[in-house]
Amino acid sequence: MSQKSILEIKDLVLNLGEKRILDHLSLEIWPGHIHAVVGPNGAGKSTLANTIMGLKGYLDFDGDILFTKKTVKEFSVDERARQGITMAWQEPARYEGLTVRSFIRAGADDKSEQNCRHALELVGLDPKTYLSRAVDRTLSGGERKRIELASILTMEPKLVLMDEPDSGIDVEALEKIFDAIQYLKNKGTTILLITHSTTVLEKADHAFLICCGQLIEKGSVDKIMQYFGQKCIPCDHKNEPKTE
Amino acid sequence: MNRDQLINALYESIGEACVTDPGIAHIEIHANKVLGVHLVEGLEIEADELKDGIRATLVVKKNTKIDQPVRICFGLMQKTGIQKIDMNIRLEENARVAIMASCTFPNAEEIVHTMDADIDIGKNAEYIYLERHVHGTEGGINVVPKAKIHLHEGAKFRTDFELIKGRCGKIDIDYEADCERNSYLDMVARISGRADDRILINERATLRGDGAHGVLRTSIAVRDRAKAEIKNTLVATAPNARGHVDCKEVVQGEAIANAIPIVEVHHPKAHVTHEASIGSVDSKQLETLMSRGLSEDEATDLIIEGLLSPEGQPF
Ligand SMILES: Nc1ncnc2c1ncn2[C@@H]1O[C@H](COP(=O)(O)OP(=O)(O)OP(=O)(O)O)[C@@H](O)[C@H]1O
Ligand SMILES: [Mg+2]
Repeated sequence: MSQKSILEIKDLVLNLGEKRILDHLSLEIWPGHIHAVVGPNGAGKSTLANTIMGLKGYLDFDGDILFTKKTVKEFSVDERARQGITMAWQEPARYEGLTVRSFIRAGADDKSEQNCRHALELVGLDPKTYLSRAVDRTLSGGERKRIELASILTMEPKLVLMDEPDSGIDVEALEKIFDAIQYLKNKGTTILLITHSTTVLEKADHAFLICCGQLIEKGSVDKIMQYFGQKCIPCDHKNEPKTE
Repeated sequence: MNRDQLINALYESIGEACVTDPGIAHIEIHANKVLGVHLVEGLEIEADELKDGIRATLVVKKNTKIDQPVRICFGLMQKTGIQKIDMNIRLEENARVAIMASCTFPNAEEIVHTMDADIDIGKNAEYIYLERHVHGTEGGINVVPKAKIHLHEGAKFRTDFELIKGRCGKIDIDYEADCERNSYLDMVARISGRADDRILINERATLRGDGAHGVLRTSIAVRDRAKAEIKNTLVATAPNARGHVDCKEVVQGEAIANAIPIVEVHHPKAHVTHEASIGSVDSKQLETLMSRGLSEDEATDLIIEGLLSPEGQPF
């Protein structure tokens, strides 16, 4: 293992039902850098994020996950979070009756009103309009994604897994999300972007291409961009996970 | 503790400051003692001490509109005891008042609190009653609120019962409302139970006047081994009566909840609907909060607090 890595995925094998979703996947993430994991639909990107976070249903795997050189395999989601790992969902959860203020405060290091407002401003949402609203179905998917990101900003984590940060986001809001990602990076946070969008990929320092739960290529964004942009030619995967 | 110290302790236990604004009427009752009363124009309160409680009569005079909500604080600071409240509330014709009542039993280990209310809301009068309970963490409390409510023609009554902080212990609510022509009734209860808490709710309303409206809404969260039994009955016997019964329950762990909404319509031009849902906290909601560092218990608390908050109600 390189001295530099903050997260190391070692030979990860995970089956869901009959299917092998992650297939001997290994990769290393460096501290303070923005990494991207790209791959077509169904490649196993969300599964990888869910496994790193330790969500229910993703705990039974072979291989190991090391965070700051120690295994987190036996840790629950909240224990991993207290170590400094957090995640932004592809489709954020909805909460009836829970206000944006309480939601952001829940995970915040500094729970002051000012800090909550600042986080909302960073993701381009007006605190006056949003703080007292509920994080429920009356918010659009894009608004909920930005509120989720605001809550992550106040948490000051070491590693953020961001699953499809651009899905359901318009062009203007996407700029705000990119600003927030840059803000996190400037604070020394490590970021793992999960995406199949080249616009998001461009924001990364390094990238991994996965397909059928396997690592196909890794390296500079330019290199992965070429490979991915050509529809993964010369990769001959049909992107259908193996049936065990 | 002397009188002032007790008043302070009561308010402190609910996280509020004593009322000092002379424009706000208030009354503080500890065990069977009235510690303080402050009235405003048009509001009359008479209270007699009983052996283990208080008998009180509250009257809002005809055409009196009391602008600022009246504060009532009941409670017992000790661990054991009985507090019986006998309340007679009368709003005369065209009167209006809102009451914010707090019931605080922060150290309860073996306490019985009963409330027997007789509420008469005069023609075109408007009454809002919010009751918030703050209990300790032991669960040694038995709360028995009973109310008989009469709404005269054109009267409006809205009540909201909240028991979310601390253990609810055993609670047994029994409310009965009788609604005359063009009156409007809205009864809400929001209660959270844990450990071996027991929640029993029995609410009945009869819409007997032409054009009477009634809504009974209950939101309950139970976890651990807590049990909830909710029976809400709405009967409509007059033309153009409109009613709705809504029961929302969230169940975690080994808790058990049942909800029985009963609607009865005795007139072809009356319309009453009902809705009941029993669900659990979903794993994405939990895991999102846990990924911010909250324990599963803390995350559950927050989700339930939201579900039971006034904002979480389907108004
Ligand atoms: N519980 C499950 N049981 C069986 N197969 C599953 C389960 N969950 C996911 N899969 C399959 O695993 C594969 C990878 O899914 P995953 O959500 O990780 O893909 P992804 O790369 O994030 O795709 P997308 O770009 O569409 O978000 C898919 O083929 C999916 O159908
Ligand atoms: Mg995905």
